[in-house]
Amino acid sequence: MNEFTLPLAEETVRSLRVEDHVALSGTIITARDLAHKYLVSNDIPELTPWLKDAVIYHCGPIVKKVGSKYQIIAAGPTTSMREEPYMADLIRKYRLKGIIGKGGMGAGTLKAAQKYGCAYFQATGGVAAITAQVVREVKAVYMLEEFGVPEAIWVLRVEKFPLLVTMDVCGQSLHHIIKKRSESKRNKLLFG
Amino acid sequence: MLGKIVELIRLTATELSPDILSALKAARSREASYGAAQSIYDRILANADLAKEESIPLCQDTGIPIFRVNLPEHESAQNVHNILKKAVKKATKLNYLRPNAVDTLTGKNSGNGVGIGIPQVEITRWNKDYSEIGLMLKGGGSENVGAQFSLPDEDINANRDLDGVKNCVIEAVYQAQGKACPPYFIGVGIGGDRAGSMKLAKEQFWRKLKHSHPQLRDLEEDLLVKLNQLGIGPMGVGGSTTVLSVKADYLARLPASYFVSVAFTCWAFRARFLTIRRGEYTYE
Repeated sequence: MNEFTLPLAEETVRSLRVEDHVALSGTIITARDLAHKYLVSNDIPELTPWLKDAVIYHCGPIVKKVGSKYQIIAAGPTTSMREEPYMADLIRKYRLKGIIGKGGMGAGTLKAAQKYGCAYFQATGGVAAITAQVVREVKAVYMLEEFGVPEAIWVLRVEKFPLLVTMDVCGQSLHHIIKKRSESKRNKLLFG
Repeated sequence: MLGKIVELIRLTATELSPDILSALKAARSREASYGAAQSIYDRILANADLAKEESIPLCQDTGIPIFRVNLPEHESAQNVHNILKKAVKKATKLNYLRPNAVDTLTGKNSGNGVGIGIPQVEITRWNKDYSEIGLMLKGGGSENVGAQFSLPDEDINANRDLDGVKNCVIEAVYQAQGKACPPYFIGVGIGGDRAGSMKLAKEQFWRKLKHSHPQLRDLEEDLLVKLNQLGIGPMGVGGSTTVLSVKADYLARLPASYFVSVAFTCWAFRARFLTIRRGEYTYE
C-alpha cells in the first residue's frame, strides 16, 4: 500500500492507477448533495482556500459535540453517483485532486478527472466505525445550521485513510470494467 | 420501557447478528487471498468488532428505522407508537442514530431523527400473551436501488411467469452494480398492486427461513446462483459473492397487472427483535 500526504501533487495523481491500494493523510473535506448543489453556483469565502487542490469526501458523518469541539463518531462513504451532475464543475472550479466515495461516478466526472488531474478513491462502504478512527481532528465546519449534520461541510484531518483507486487520470474506471463484465453475463442470463 | 427500546436501537445499530456475521465470513473465504474483495471483507469484519466493542453505529447511515410490532389485545397501540418515537429521538441524541429525517418540502433536517412517516411503525394485534418489537434500520443507499417492473417487459425478455420474475431481479441487481454496498440481501414481491408488491418485497427481510412453497424456494435458490454469476462482488470491485440471500413471496393480482418489486439491503443488514413477556425483556 502506498502512503501519500495531502495535498496531492499533480504528478502523484497522474501516477495513480485503477486497483492501486493507497492510504491518505492530511486534510479532506466532506460534501454531500446540498453542498455540491450549493458550491456549483456559490462561494463560501472562508472555505475556498480549503477546497483549492483538495480531496473531497462524499460522506455524511455522525458527529458528537464535546464542549466546543466536534468528534466524528461514524464516517463511512455515501453513494457518489448522486453528485454526478455537479462533480465535473467542482473539479474544474477548485482543481480538486481527488474524490473519495463509493460506487464510482459517470462519464462527465471521468472526463474532468482526466483533464484536470483528479483521481477517484473508493472507501469501503458501511465500515463507519473503523473509518471514524482515521479521523484525528475536526478542523472546521461550514453550513452546519443551514444543511444539518449529515449534509454540512466538515473539514477533517485524517491519518492513513485506506482507499482503493477505482477511477484514474487515464480514463480507466474499475466500475465501468465490472459493469461491462457483468453486462455480458446479464445478457446471457436474460436472453440465453 | 423507553430505555429498553433505546437499547433495541443501540443493539441494532451497533451489532451485526451472528447469522449475518457468519454469512460475511463465509463470503470472505470464497475470495482470493490478498485481493481487493478479500480486503473489503477484512475491513467489514474489523468494523463489526470495533462497532460492537465501542457501541458505535456500524454505518453512519443508520437509515430509516422500521418498527414492526405485534401486541396482545389489551396493550395500547397509541402508547407504543409514542414510546417508539421518543426512543428514536433519544437514540439520535446519544448518537446511536444519525439525525436522518429531512422535511421534503423545506429541505430542513429535523435534527432529532423524527419526521412525517419517520420512524415507520406497523402495529399488528396477535392472540399471544406477549409483545414483540422488531426493528430494522434500512439504509438510504440500498433503498435507492430498489426497482419495480410491470410485466411483460420486452427490454429484459420478461413474460408473466417465474422466468420473467427472475429476469426482473437479475436486471435490478445488474443496474445496482456496487452502488448500494454489496453483497446484497434481496427481497422480491410478485403480484399485488404497486404498493402491495413493494411492501411484500421489503417484508421478506424479516423472514429467516426459505419459502415453504416449492416453486418459490426453487426460485430463491436459482436466483442466488444466477445473481452471483454477475461477478459484481463486495463494494462492486468484482468477486464471487454479489448477493447473500434471496427471499420471494407473492400476492394475487388483477388480470391486467403483473408487478415484480425488488428490494435491497446492503451487507450491513441490521434487524433485531425485542420480546416483552410478563415484564421480562429479551433481545434477539
